Amino acid sequence: MSSEYDIAEMLDVKGQSCPMPIVKTKQAIDDLEAGDVLEVVATDSGSISDIRGWADGTDGVELLEQVEGDDQYTHYVKKTD
Amino acid sequence: MSTDTPSGADANDEPTTEADLVARVEKLEEKVATLETDDGDDGKKMTIVATQGSFDMAYPPLILASTAAAFDWEVVVFHTFWGLDILHEDNSKDLKLSAVGNPNMPMPNALAALPGMDAMATRMMRKKIDENGTATIEELIDLSLEQGVDLQACQMTIDLMGYDEDDFYDGVTTGVGAATALQHMAESDVQLLV
Repeated sequence: MSSEYDIAEMLDVKGQSCPMPIVKTKQAIDDLEAGDVLEVVATDSGSISDIRGWADGTDGVELLEQVEGDDQYTHYVKKTD
Repeated sequence: MSTDTPSGADANDEPTTEADLVARVEKLEEKVATLETDDGDDGKKMTIVATQGSFDMAYPPLILASTAAAFDWEVVVFHTFWGLDILHEDNSKDLKLSAVGNPNMPMPNALAALPGMDAMATRMMRKKIDENGTATIEELIDLSLEQGVDLQACQMTIDLMGYDEDDFYDGVTTGVGAATALQHMAESDVQLLV
């Protein structure tokens, strides 16, 4: 499923819980260039709502897609500027 | 209602010339520019006052602070009274959970008051936190500081507890009091007392 996007970087936050997936995502996005897509793989079920809320409330990022697998949640976040 | 007849409220006003309108527009534009500058780039600000130093109560302010920083909010956490122990490098590693007075504890208060019960409850909670992949207090403090959260230690409480400014994590702000906290609260979009 990751082939759909040109992934600049993958962030593995499996096994980590709130607020780590958000904080680590933010830090990873800060290190990317505008236009880059970050793939975030989490096991925290709260990350679906949290990453969506964070992306909505933060300038310069766009949530492309969230994929729910078996106990695994994959998020695609694009840095827009 | 007709739209092409200047009547009603407008008719009572002084005659509006083009120059008047231009002047008004300029004035409004100036005002909007000031408002936009005052509000920054729509950045929000949050101030938390952390007054509790038990193991469980240390988490909410740090979790909210580090998350708000991920939203690019400007965050101040003012630690006072027992909340000061969260920033105290030695004490923060030894915060305890109280087994007494918590109706959710799986033991009656009479039993929870026995010696060693707080330590046991704390051990159980630490184990759960570790198993759940929840960050430690130290990790959350490091993360918060790294992200620019202003962790402040109330000077009055430092003096009251007989602590030294060097007892706190590097990067903690000392030499601040209630007036500073109030100033930040007044400027904030979100204010919380924990």
